[in-house]
Amino acid sequence: MKGAEPKVTLDLARDLGLTAEEYDRIVTRLGREPTWTELGLFSALWSEHCAYKHSRVFLGRLPTRGPRVLQGPGENAGAVDIGDGWAVVFKMESHNHPSFIEPFQGAATGVGGILRDIFTMGARPIAILDSLRFGEPVDAKTRHLVDGVVSGISWYGNCFGCPTVGGEIAFAPEYAGNPLVNVMCVGLVRTDALFRARAEGVGNPVFYVGNKTGRDGIHGATMASATFDEHAEARRPTVQVGDPFTEKLLLEACLEAMATGAVLGIQDMGAAGLACCTSEMPARAGTGMDVELARVPQREPAMTPYEILLSESQERMLLVAARGREEEVRRVFAKWELDAVEIGRVTAGGELCARLDGEVVARVPVALLAEAPEYRKPVERPAWLDERLAFDPLGLPAPADCGQALLELLGSPTLASKEWAFRQYDQQVGINTLVLPGSDAAVLRVKGTRRALALATDGNGRQVFLDPRRGAALAVAEAARNVSCAGGLPVGLTDCMNFGSPERPEILWQFAEAIEGIAEACRALEIPVVGGNVSFYNETSGQAILPTPVVGVVGLLEDATRYATQWFKAAGHAVALLGPEAVSLGGSEYLWTRHRRLAGRLAPLDLEIERRVQAAVRAAVAAGLVSAAHDCSEGGLAVALAEACATGRAPLGCTVTLAGGARADLVLFGEGPSRVVVAVEPGGAAEFEALMRESAIPWRWVGQTGGDRLRIAAGGATLVDVPVERIEHAWRNGFERHMA
Amino acid sequence: MRFGVVVFPGTWSDCDFHYVISEVLHEPVKYVWHRERSLEGLDCVILPGGFSYGDYLRAGAVAGRSPIVDALRDFVAGGGLVLGSCNGFQILCEAGLLPGALMRNECLQYRCQSTHLVVENVDTPFTRGLRPGQVLTMPISHGEGKYHASPEALADLRRRHQIVFRYAEADGRVTKAANPNGSLENIAGVANPEGTVLGLMPHPERASEAAMGGTDGILLFHALLGSLVEDGTFLKR
Repeated sequence: MKGAEPKVTLDLARDLGLTAEEYDRIVTRLGREPTWTELGLFSALWSEHCAYKHSRVFLGRLPTRGPRVLQGPGENAGAVDIGDGWAVVFKMESHNHPSFIEPFQGAATGVGGILRDIFTMGARPIAILDSLRFGEPVDAKTRHLVDGVVSGISWYGNCFGCPTVGGEIAFAPEYAGNPLVNVMCVGLVRTDALFRARAEGVGNPVFYVGNKTGRDGIHGATMASATFDEHAEARRPTVQVGDPFTEKLLLEACLEAMATGAVLGIQDMGAAGLACCTSEMPARAGTGMDVELARVPQREPAMTPYEILLSESQERMLLVAARGREEEVRRVFAKWELDAVEIGRVTAGGELCARLDGEVVARVPVALLAEAPEYRKPVERPAWLDERLAFDPLGLPAPADCGQALLELLGSPTLASKEWAFRQYDQQVGINTLVLPGSDAAVLRVKGTRRALALATDGNGRQVFLDPRRGAALAVAEAARNVSCAGGLPVGLTDCMNFGSPERPEILWQFAEAIEGIAEACRALEIPVVGGNVSFYNETSGQAILPTPVVGVVGLLEDATRYATQWFKAAGHAVALLGPEAVSLGGSEYLWTRHRRLAGRLAPLDLEIERRVQAAVRAAVAAGLVSAAHDCSEGGLAVALAEACATGRAPLGCTVTLAGGARADLVLFGEGPSRVVVAVEPGGAAEFEALMRESAIPWRWVGQTGGDRLRIAAGGATLVDVPVERIEHAWRNGFERHMA
Repeated sequence: MRFGVVVFPGTWSDCDFHYVISEVLHEPVKYVWHRERSLEGLDCVILPGGFSYGDYLRAGAVAGRSPIVDALRDFVAGGGLVLGSCNGFQILCEAGLLPGALMRNECLQYRCQSTHLVVENVDTPFTRGLRPGQVLTMPISHGEGKYHASPEALADLRRRHQIVFRYAEADGRVTKAANPNGSLENIAGVANPEGTVLGLMPHPERASEAAMGGTDGILLFHALLGSLVEDGTFLKR
């Protein structure tokens, strides 16, 4: 077989995505030319996707510690203590590249991959959230992608049996050639039953469990580390194919095997497959691994060592068991009718030794595979930014009919109802979902405790494009605010950093600034970052996506019966607006939807005010004082009020009077952070006022719920007076009309 | 009343039914693995929702031919009670324990949504005590829930009052708009002629606590438990 292998040369290394410097480093450190199989290992494990070569120097800026953190970045997922002996385990990952090439399987295996990241930690997945970005749905290709991605998520998540409870879908032309599919999964585990991806104990057996290995997905990680050109679809064979039924069996078998006590460490075979597990697991534990590839269950004949190591076939795990307890592992996997084959041993000496029928095909120090070069490439603020920032949106004419402008905004695909997608997802399996998709955050109870979790994702590419640092901080602030509006204290965050090519200085500048923004906001709001993922090279034919950090925040509610939703419940409830006055049309949804402009400055973000507003909302929810709480985000105050009126079970009007002085479109549609609309329970006004005073935040009463129209007046003039029925109609149909 | 919840590879509502029976109803309940061949000692067997064997062939087709289903036939013949929800309903049809078949939703998409069901037959152990025409609210979550039966089978169903639930509007009217999956005559649930085997696509276990947004699902269990108190025939075996 070795005779048939290609001769290893620099050119071949380059074809596999390695640079000349990287190849030199491999030769120097090995003291020889690598074999073909070894070259494949380096190509995959030193890919940007696996090794974070361009991002690692920046990622160190993120705050990752906190009193509740049980596991920060570096494992399959992060873990945070939520009390009563329970930990919440969560992570978000991207599957952008595969989803563009083959949307259904790309998205499906994105769900599959993140589910495995959660249950390899010993946790049972309880919720999925998807943050999706596409081009504009008027384009047929985009509709095809939307349909494929949503069907893929639906197929995998529903069959597996984990509810999809939230996320967002947004549209902008910059994503047309490179959609984003970011999937977050949340699971629960007893704090004393957390598992880690470490190969401990020399002599312990190494088990391959789950699906058989095929030729699918070979070099998926390398594919995800390059930009696309017009031939992107020719790369379809690098996309994996999912099997949610086998994943469900793997979940049950893994959790059952873990419960026996015979399992010491376990890792998902995700990107770079077996190569990744057999090097990372020993690298974390300071051990080595000796594996016989002929023993790996294969579904295709005559696979080479190279293919077996680099296959990204789905639904597979590598686990290290305690010596002498092999039978317990085998018995559990046999019950679930899955392969569990002992393929090797943990060794001393820190080497990965892979054999085929006894003959060594690769022998590499695991530390070398784990130590990809780290780059600090040049960063440069883009020259075109100043011109964009200098634009004054108030130089554009104000709308003649603000009510009509509001309806147009609510009917824009980004703001409109996403029921078309969410009704294709099981939202309730597990019977934990207290708040279904459609509010600021999903809320799930934690059975066996009095507590609940609030979950939200957020990320606004336009804001980050104009001001990467503030835009990224705003994403953190908004996701945390969403969770706070539901009543949850943000206890942890995961992020997916979606950017163009880091080899371009202005893209890397966006990335570096965005990391700073996330770090600043997380420090101020005391939210540790416990895991995440970087996805570079999101560009096609030189056109990069909007820089899009997506964050997922997990919040903790002490009392599962005290949560809030965004819609008004009954007439006669006083409405208050919490937070500062400052808003801007720069980078706003209104400016894009109505004027097709992406320019202007963002409103300032005061993180101390943000922290206090969120604390005030949480306190009001916990005290049972508010019947609704809704974050003001895309579309500004008018859209927030319209959503509070129209997104509940029974639409309800409201009348609001604002201070005058500013232009109508700025007052209605201007966007600014730290702003929340609440409806206060009758009889609770005095207590609410006292609480707001104590919170030391800017706030004001603005109106009252009731009637069947949304009326907004400012400075004595009526700006909006629209029947709620029309608002609901615009919102319900704005996206669905494209997909029907 | 002793309940058993059957677990096939790919079942996922098993834990939810188990939770409702043990934590909400405080009744004894155990899991039954699909390879078991006896249902002795049980009064009511639940076939829960999920994707047994991935539903890669036809929904419920493989599970409908598994060892536990042989035991289920004897159990039913002996007067045992069986409730199949979602995939459980599909399995009962595939096993021939209920008439008809569940086909792909007419919209060709998965549907997870709240539905209203009008109760047509109150003469089953699962609906005894409910009012004819009463409207229950329960969610559905399936891709293959379009009920189909031949004209002869449908005539039999009507004649023997086997149609237990139909999808309806909130006020009980049976309309096309209220039909979420294109089921024949809005049929959401059917029983065997004796009323001891009930299959329905909706999920009663997801509507069994106020915290989950509704408690109409628990009524089926209350009917079940109440009927035993009134008339002990289902305990005789």
